[in-house]
Amino acid sequence: MAQSSFLNFITKEFKHIFRDTRTLLIVLVMPVIQLLIFGFVISSEIKNANYAVLDYSNDYLTKRLVQRISSSGYFNFKGYLNSYGEIEKVFKNGDAKLVLIIGNNFSQKLQNDRFANYQVVTDASDPNTASILASYVQGIVNSFTTEYFGLTRQKERVSVQSRMLYNEEMNSAFMFVPGTMVLILMLVTAMMTSISITREKELGTMEILLVSPLKPWQIVVGKVIPYIGIAFTNVLVIILMGYTVFHLPLRGNMLLLLGVSSLFILLALSLGILISTLSKSQAVAMFISMFALMLPTILLSGFIFPIENMPKLLQWLSLIMPPRWFLSALKTIMIKGQGFQYVLKEVMVMIAMTLVFIGLSIKKFKVRLE
Amino acid sequence: MKNVIEVENLVKKFGSFVAVNNLTFTVGKGEIFGLLGANGAGKTTTIRMLCGLLSPTSGKISVAGYDAYTQPEQIRANIGYMSQKFSLYSDLTVWENIRFFGGIYGLWGKALKGRALELVEDFKMHDFKDIMVESLPVGWRQRISLAVSLVHKPPVIFLDEPTSGVDPVARRMFWETIHHISSLGTTVIVTTHYMDEAEYCHTALVMVDGKIGALGKPGELKQKYVVETMNELFLSLARNGNTKS
Repeated sequence: MAQSSFLNFITKEFKHIFRDTRTLLIVLVMPVIQLLIFGFVISSEIKNANYAVLDYSNDYLTKRLVQRISSSGYFNFKGYLNSYGEIEKVFKNGDAKLVLIIGNNFSQKLQNDRFANYQVVTDASDPNTASILASYVQGIVNSFTTEYFGLTRQKERVSVQSRMLYNEEMNSAFMFVPGTMVLILMLVTAMMTSISITREKELGTMEILLVSPLKPWQIVVGKVIPYIGIAFTNVLVIILMGYTVFHLPLRGNMLLLLGVSSLFILLALSLGILISTLSKSQAVAMFISMFALMLPTILLSGFIFPIENMPKLLQWLSLIMPPRWFLSALKTIMIKGQGFQYVLKEVMVMIAMTLVFIGLSIKKFKVRLE
Repeated sequence: MKNVIEVENLVKKFGSFVAVNNLTFTVGKGEIFGLLGANGAGKTTTIRMLCGLLSPTSGKISVAGYDAYTQPEQIRANIGYMSQKFSLYSDLTVWENIRFFGGIYGLWGKALKGRALELVEDFKMHDFKDIMVESLPVGWRQRISLAVSLVHKPPVIFLDEPTSGVDPVARRMFWETIHHISSLGTTVIVTTHYMDEAEYCHTALVMVDGKIGALGKPGELKQKYVVETMNELFLSLARNGNTKS
């Protein structure tokens, strides 16, 4: 009997979801669109940045250098400048983001003094882009001079060679795929379940269900199971798209990844249930979900803004944000390819949070039944 | 005749507000028992306590032979409930609604299908059993709600203001259905604030400020209070209630 009741409940819930275009869009179409938008808008790598050159040497070698930069894929050569004064003009017109100044006697100085006589000037009205562009040019000039003159490093004063471990190409997918996954799971599970449960309260059907022999927990579990299925589908779609469209490598253990994702789905569900016990109408549930879940997920989880750079108070606040722990575990598994022991802390925190939310919900649900 | 419902000294307080004050009554098998009164007189609070949606502050309740404090689950399996709010899923068809609620009461497979067909037959719903509930008129929706509350053949059904917002013709039809159900042996507890509907009940309990204002057969009550209609009775009771308080 219990199973047929459950099945009955789940079928009904799926009908609600599939008959409402809006819900269907939110749970199945929006995740894909969101991933694509984040993928193509938030991009920390820069391609085809316009640059100009002010060349005081103007010889064969410097021409080769300019060619090298132009063919790197990062830059788009806009032309030569005639004087230093023109630099500001091209920046102001927006014709270029960067100007490479090559000093007098570039080849001789390089050969005799082992000193690359050049300067990079960038339009730093967007500081992140500017510093990334400058470092690209420096990298290209370094490898160019080494190639032509076999420059030995001993002569240079200090040379720092940085490597971007785990993400050598600075592929921004590494940041937004896990981040989008967290955001979508929060939305689909926590927000949608809280709304669907409060909807029954608003419609009055909840009363009918409470008068029936079904126990409150059966009602809640029955309502929640379809969303578990949908959330899990979303996880698979996002991983697949990350892999195929955005070239995110899947370094870690797939089972571990899915296991941790399932744990987070449960955590988000318990949050959704808790929200539904606190709100009387769908509008309230939506409002709480937006402000208590979405904003912290975007701002405090480390998705977009690094937690280490936050004021201490916000850092402490981020400790109680469930998405923070999932995101950290997700990155460790997906990108660093680490095993279970490296996400043990995150897993424990998420389990503890789930238990707390479920406990609070049970307490609240009883109060409402009274 | 054995009593299906027994209520003794029932009290419900919300903080210092006494919503239901010392109610005592019994309802026999197959009886149509009307709980009447103005809005806020305590009708809905009483019916919610009888269904187990609210716990009483004090007093005794027994429904279908089960005690409300110790056997709430048996009570739930033996009652049907139709709430004040419209409470079907409007994005499901009539047929799907019946089947869903049947499933909740543990019906499944052939038994469920058979019972659903029976209800469609009883309530003459063939023509729109596959129509989404949202596109049906209010009067019909109420009939379907009633059908749904009967899906598990409960010995007792509770109808909380089933006819509010329904036009007079549909109300009349609805009451005919209630009489039909009661003639088959189902006990019906119904709340309403339409005093004319009291005439359709076997027994009427008029509540005033959470207390019993009058209790008895509508005919006897009218004689006792020397009034023409239940409406007059109610108005005189309400006036007294207000002057006292």
